[in-house]
Amino acid sequence: MPSVTDTPSGPRTRTARPSQLFRNLNAKLASIPMILTAMGVFVGGTIWTVVYSFTDSKLLPRERWIGFDQYERLWGTNRWLISIENLLIYGSLSLIFSLVIGFLLAALLDQKIRFEDAFRTIFLYPFALSFIVTGLVWQWLLNPDFGVQSVIRALGWESFDFDPLYNPQIVIYGVLIAGLWQGTGLIMCLMLAGLRGIDEDIWKASRIDGIPMWKTYLFIVIPMMRPVFVTTLVLITSGIVKLYDLIVAQTGGGPGIASEVPAKYVYDLMFQAQNLGQGFAASTMMLLTVAIILIPWAYLEFGGKRRG
Amino acid sequence: MANPATLSAAVAAADAIPGADPGGPRGARPRRALSRGNVFLYGTLLVAALYYALPLYVMIVTSLKGMPEIRLGNIFAPPVEVTFQPWVKAWGEACTGLNCDGLSRGFWNSVRILVPSVILSIAVASVNGYALANWRFRGSETFFVILIFGAFIPYQVMLYPLVIILRELGIYGTLWGLILVHTIFGMPILTLLFRNYFTSIPEELFKAARVDGAGFWAIYFKIMMPMSLPIFVVATIIQVTGIWNDFLFGVVYTRPENYPMTVQLNNIVNSVQGVKEYNVNMAATLLTGLVPLAIYFVSGKLFVRGIAAGAVKG
Amino acid sequence: MTQDTASVSVRDLHLAFGAVEVLKGLNVETAPGEFLVLLGPSGCGKSTLLNCIAGLLEITDGQIWIKGKNVTWEEPKDRGIGMVFQSYALYPQMSVRGNLAFGLKNQRMPKAQIEERIARAARILQIEDYLDRKPAALSGGQRQRVAIGRALVRDVDVFLFDEPLSNLDAKLRAELRVELKRLHAQLENTMIYVTHDQIEALTLADRIAVMRGGVIQQLDTPLTIYNRPANLFVAGFIGSPAMSMLSGRVEGGRFHVGTQSLDLGGYDGEVPARLDPAILGLRPEHVEIVEGQGGPGGLLATVDIDEPMGADSLLWLDVEGQKMSARIPVERSLRRGTEVRVVPVMDKASLFDAESEQRI
Repeated sequence: MPSVTDTPSGPRTRTARPSQLFRNLNAKLASIPMILTAMGVFVGGTIWTVVYSFTDSKLLPRERWIGFDQYERLWGTNRWLISIENLLIYGSLSLIFSLVIGFLLAALLDQKIRFEDAFRTIFLYPFALSFIVTGLVWQWLLNPDFGVQSVIRALGWESFDFDPLYNPQIVIYGVLIAGLWQGTGLIMCLMLAGLRGIDEDIWKASRIDGIPMWKTYLFIVIPMMRPVFVTTLVLITSGIVKLYDLIVAQTGGGPGIASEVPAKYVYDLMFQAQNLGQGFAASTMMLLTVAIILIPWAYLEFGGKRRG
Repeated sequence: MANPATLSAAVAAADAIPGADPGGPRGARPRRALSRGNVFLYGTLLVAALYYALPLYVMIVTSLKGMPEIRLGNIFAPPVEVTFQPWVKAWGEACTGLNCDGLSRGFWNSVRILVPSVILSIAVASVNGYALANWRFRGSETFFVILIFGAFIPYQVMLYPLVIILRELGIYGTLWGLILVHTIFGMPILTLLFRNYFTSIPEELFKAARVDGAGFWAIYFKIMMPMSLPIFVVATIIQVTGIWNDFLFGVVYTRPENYPMTVQLNNIVNSVQGVKEYNVNMAATLLTGLVPLAIYFVSGKLFVRGIAAGAVKG
Repeated sequence: MTQDTASVSVRDLHLAFGAVEVLKGLNVETAPGEFLVLLGPSGCGKSTLLNCIAGLLEITDGQIWIKGKNVTWEEPKDRGIGMVFQSYALYPQMSVRGNLAFGLKNQRMPKAQIEERIARAARILQIEDYLDRKPAALSGGQRQRVAIGRALVRDVDVFLFDEPLSNLDAKLRAELRVELKRLHAQLENTMIYVTHDQIEALTLADRIAVMRGGVIQQLDTPLTIYNRPANLFVAGFIGSPAMSMLSGRVEGGRFHVGTQSLDLGGYDGEVPARLDPAILGLRPEHVEIVEGQGGPGGLLATVDIDEPMGADSLLWLDVEGQKMSARIPVERSLRRGTEVRVVPVMDKASLFDAESEQRI
């Protein structure tokens, strides 16, 4: 039998391999969009924005370096400070209420109740709607002349006063109600999935041991659901930072500048006020906020295990 | 059997063990439909359901009333006289700041944005996820991790660099520019979704196909894709609702004549000109929400699966 | 040259994932038509080696030749191999016919010829009746037949099996084992078969390669491996119930355990003058049990427990504080605490150097 082979001496050493670049070529071609997106847009775009936040770019980006001037100006602007304050209030309350309401609803739905699917469908449908739709509906519901306030006054409680959209003091709570309406269904769904993932035998064991249900939830089930809580936490916080459409639709940032948020500040400065440098500085601050939340989480989740 | 009370409490099944005492509990345990626990349980759920359901109800009834009735009555009252005029006006005549041809223009813009964006983003991400799952090469995981972390970067940080990129490509302000943006920002979540799904397919199947002489594309089209229809449906649901509901990219990357429906809706409702027509506004709002709502009610369980997977998107 | 006569030849094969060396310089050659079994505990590298031969894993160094052709860098499809997987790996969306045809279609074979090949394979494997069913509608045994069929239609010289019977229940496994052996006799292909089940290895193989830690421990016929294991690992891994190992020392042609000693006369190998420490390996069926303390030779032992196993009984014994076992007829039940004498069949025993773990 002829033993003619393509390589006379036969592959022996690593150096003689076919070019590594063209191995797996199709997979590399298929990954080009991902590589371009990851490196060009995500990494490149972020670095670009951070770098240009140190310029005095106005209508167009330009490389006139002014150090931290934009940041000084930013933190001296009343509107930015209000934006940050709003974000903190909205963020912390939204976090607490989302987790509490989401978990409670999930726990209630997990009691082998009737019409579970119907309830879940009702709790979750707002999540399918956009923030624009959400904002506009609640703008209408909270309309002081026709909405909830007027209905309750018409029922006889003449002094009832709930007018978040026209009262700068409480406008952010009006937004919160709408935000929770849209988002808690998702949290409930994730929590329910977490609850369903818990071994049935845990419940049997605690029942035999005679542990009250609330104690089982508090001391056994919730600690077991740690991963679900971490996921929802990351989810809610990264969503909070992006809060934009809801404000635009529901209040437009008003009354006055009472319900401004950072994301809106960035957009307005970049595309309306033609003050790109300010916009870049503000968006860099947003990035910093996310990094402060994300990096410890990523470290805790992936740091020990060395897994991406 | 000294204490039948504890015993029956401990037995999970409803039927009690026939005890030695003939007068003791026997047969199925009686259940009260209106126990205090049940009242609390269903009461809470009903109140919660009311909070979630009322806005949709108010939207619907408001959109079916005439303006005089709205000014007089309360928002929760059902319409005395049902009129579809607000819907007609919202669709064809309502005014934004610029023109008065209603939401129809935005609807068709959204459709023209949606269809290519969904197809392109899913095509790119599924092939990419497949490459990451089955054809890893040096560095592929690193790029993937960067991509996933990129999903957490606030969009605001990348808004302007993308304006520059699109301008360089000559598609800034066009529908294709926006389609590209949707493809880019859809990539992290979709790639993750497909990669995880393809990884869950037994590797031996992939090996068998390679021994059978199938290459990169043959395995993708003939083995992986036919096995992955559910995940393609999930991805479609994520993308259709996500892109349809987008506002920020629409307003940044398109010119007014190409504005998607959400942007147009906001312009109609929050337009400062003229008298506020709440019924038209609510009709317009409902019209805009109709597409994702339809998908939600039709897809059911798959939607839930989709949002659980798409949760990372935030 | 050997690559002309050998069907599969693995030379000096190295595989490393980063710093972790998985396969460490393996050399294996199979004669045409040989049935070679790669046997070892999980993680020993046997499946990895098979994947390297198939071309599904990139090797780090060395060569792989199949039928006189260096295929080290060839794609799996160009190596002239067929492969059968543990999970069957049938394409779920295709019918049985589609599964069998897939590889041939990829070769752009004419339709008529494909039909012919499928018909032949279906006849050999007796799967003609369900060619149009989907894999989900088949039983485990039927699925495995289809998986073998997929290799069969490609008309290759070398079949690779990756634990093909592990997912089946015990009864079906025994049936398919016999069928595989028949198939091999009928086709006369080279077969390389990975398993962790020693029964499969012993029954099917022409030769067995016992592997551990990415190194081949012994490569020989089943009989040799069973009777003359090359080292302590092979001795302990092969055989069920396991070989008994007595620790002691060799001196003056006798094996000393505690206060007793045993004559090593008749041992199949050269007994060293002195070896300390040493291990004497005795298979349970290669010892005789004599009741009562009297009589010549052997070791004094106490019965610990008697395990009836149907055809025979396994007797657990205590010899100078060490455990050993012996196979006895099931009727000969011995009570716990009975004093017996253990007389080994010395030409079937194995003597190991306890330090190098190698057989003497």
